[in-house]
Amino acid sequence: MPRETFDASFENLARICKFVTNAAREAGFSEAEVYDVELATNEACTNIIEHGYGDNSDGKIECSVEVDAEVITVVLRDWGTPFDASDVPDKDFEVPLQELGPRGAGLRLMRGTMDEVEFERLPGDENRVTMKKNR
Amino acid sequence: MVETTQLDKVDVVKAAGRIDSHTSPELKEAFDGLLDQSRYNLVFDMSEIEFLSSSGVWVLLETQKRCRRRNRGDLVIASANENIQKTLDLAGLMHFMKMYEDVDSAAGSF
Repeated sequence: MPRETFDASFENLARICKFVTNAAREAGFSEAEVYDVELATNEACTNIIEHGYGDNSDGKIECSVEVDAEVITVVLRDWGTPFDASDVPDKDFEVPLQELGPRGAGLRLMRGTMDEVEFERLPGDENRVTMKKNR
Repeated sequence: MVETTQLDKVDVVKAAGRIDSHTSPELKEAFDGLLDQSRYNLVFDMSEIEFLSSSGVWVLLETQKRCRRRNRGDLVIASANENIQKTLDLAGLMHFMKMYEDVDSAAGSF
C-alpha cells in the first residue's frame, strides 16, 4: 500500500493530491473519478491543516492509498484537534453553502465525490479520515 | 498566476492551474483589487484552471456578493471544464452563478 507522510501545510496540498491521483490513475480509474478523489483528498487535508492543526506549523499528515478491483480507499491520519463531522448535515445539499461555512463546504464536497467518508478519533490523539470510492 | 484584462465595461480575470487554499489568496487579491477600483462587472475565465477547491469556490461567492451589492454588477464564469462545473454544482453554486461557454459570450452578457 503506498504511504507517505507530509508536512501539514497548504503549500503541500498539490503534492499530497498528486500522490493520491497517481495511485488512482495507475489503477485505471477514469479521469472523472480521479478528479473526485483529488477533490475529496484536498478538502480533507485542508480541514486538517486549517482546523486540526491551526497555528501548529509542525503538524504531519500521513496519507495512504489502497486500490483493489472495485474500490479506492484513501486514509489520512493526523494528530491535531479532532473534527466533529456531526456538526455538518449529512448529504443535505439543500442547505445553502453560505450557511455551512468554509469547513462545511469542504465536507459537502468530500461526501459529494466519495461513496463513503468516515471520521475516527483513535488512541494516541490520532484522527483518521477514511474515504472510499467505488469504480 | 492570475491575469486581469480590462475590456470596455468588463474586466476579465484569468487564472491557471490549481486553485486551492495555497493559491486562492492570490485570486482573491486580484478580485479585491478590481472591486476596490469600483470595477463590478467581472468575468472569471476558467479555461486554464485544472482544479478548484472549496477555498476557490469561497472566493467566487464572496466576490460575487460584493459585485451584486446594490445591483451594481455581477461575477460570471466562462469556460469551466466538466470537473470544475461538477465542483460548482456540488457546492450549490450553479443556482447562484451564471456560466458561459467562452469569454466573449460572458462579456457580452453585461
